[in-house]
Amino acid sequence: MVCAPFTYHRPSSLRQAIALLQRLGEEAKVLAGGQSLIPVMKMRLAQPQHLIDLGGIQGLSYIREARGAVRIGALTTHAEVEASDLLKRRLPVLAETASLIGDMQVRNRGTIGGSVAHADPAADYPATLLALDARFKVVGPEGTRTVPASQFFPGPFTAALKPGEVVTEVQVPLPPQGSGASYQKFANKASRFAVVGVCAFISLNARGTIRSARLGVTGAADHPFRATAAEEALQGARPEERVFQRASRLVTQGVECVADVHGSAEYRAWLCQVLARRALETALARARGG
Amino acid sequence: MLCNIQVTVNGRSYASAVEPRLLLVHYLRDVLGLTGTHIGCDTSQCGACTVLLNGKAVKSCTVFAVQADGGIILTVEGLAKDGKLHPVQEGFWEEHGLQCGFCTPGMIMASYALLQRNPNPTEAEIRHALEGNLCRCTGYQNIVRAVQWASRQMAETQPTPAPRRRAGRRSR
Repeated sequence: MVCAPFTYHRPSSLRQAIALLQRLGEEAKVLAGGQSLIPVMKMRLAQPQHLIDLGGIQGLSYIREARGAVRIGALTTHAEVEASDLLKRRLPVLAETASLIGDMQVRNRGTIGGSVAHADPAADYPATLLALDARFKVVGPEGTRTVPASQFFPGPFTAALKPGEVVTEVQVPLPPQGSGASYQKFANKASRFAVVGVCAFISLNARGTIRSARLGVTGAADHPFRATAAEEALQGARPEERVFQRASRLVTQGVECVADVHGSAEYRAWLCQVLARRALETALARARGG
Repeated sequence: MLCNIQVTVNGRSYASAVEPRLLLVHYLRDVLGLTGTHIGCDTSQCGACTVLLNGKAVKSCTVFAVQADGGIILTVEGLAKDGKLHPVQEGFWEEHGLQCGFCTPGMIMASYALLQRNPNPTEAEIRHALEGNLCRCTGYQNIVRAVQWASRQMAETQPTPAPRRRAGRRSR
């Protein structure tokens, strides 16, 4: 398959990239790892006139800890997230999630910034970044702003980016002591996209009750979401089976699940419930185990 | 509009003017004539087109040749040295890791990339690393054995200073 022709730009700075994006407007697409964009261009589902490759910009690939958060540069590959010692130590669920994306070759090219900006409703990262209450640093013609994950995925293949804006960093706050998280995914065997994926985060207080809990869900609806009704049921409760069962049933409350060749809406709702319970149980064990 | 690129493929340097939409796999096969890299699904699933770009296994059907500018590429043609097959290639031969052979160049390159990073992988690690490569003939069992064979062979020919995990391995 051959893509429609396009003009290739390889800016060497973010400023140049943003200027190009501003000038070329709707006719331009940003290229990072290309593991989502190139396939859709080959199928001619996307036919941008201009491609702005961020690959020539230095300094957008890093994983470091600063000011209470782990900061991940937008061009950091999934393979780098998967292998990061810092993440394995501080936010193991993020390394675990990255290890489940696509396959080795895809993880070697695909980037965290590209994935979240592409906002595929079945992508893995959004579930975990929602549960970890991540923020995205975004740079555009009007300067820099940060957008919470909970506001970043308004619709299918739609990120909360304004024209000319580029994601430059993912910021994940470091969880307090007594926290644990787990991402549970039921994958499509061929594409390895999530039919449904649920990430649960639990933070316990000293008495062993749930101080806070967050659940991020991908694949189930037309965009990834936080299961707020379930989170409210968990807040302040004792972490026991009955509570987890009740919370799991609330995951799809007010959510319209999608149906496609891989599963009906009812099946996806059931997967949400099962995966949420597994994720909560594993997150709890990790929160207790330190 | 053509773009000038310079790449090193299997140790040889090439300079070419390419259309931006030219995929790396088409560049390797049609421009350089290196047809060992196969096109299977063309939709980033099957891994038959796997090559190493700057030491990392990538699907060359999902990389534009212009993105590889300045890069170092290794294809299956670059593995044998002085007429002697690489242990990964030998492993696929010895353990019958193929039938029709179509997926084999990609399987070999993905396996080679794994063994560069992790010289003595567990069976689970081998299967995880080869998830992006589809084979419709073997059922994968012999492919896993081929990688294990290569791992043992490489440990013998290039002894590593630290003791490797050997538990649970069949003796030769």
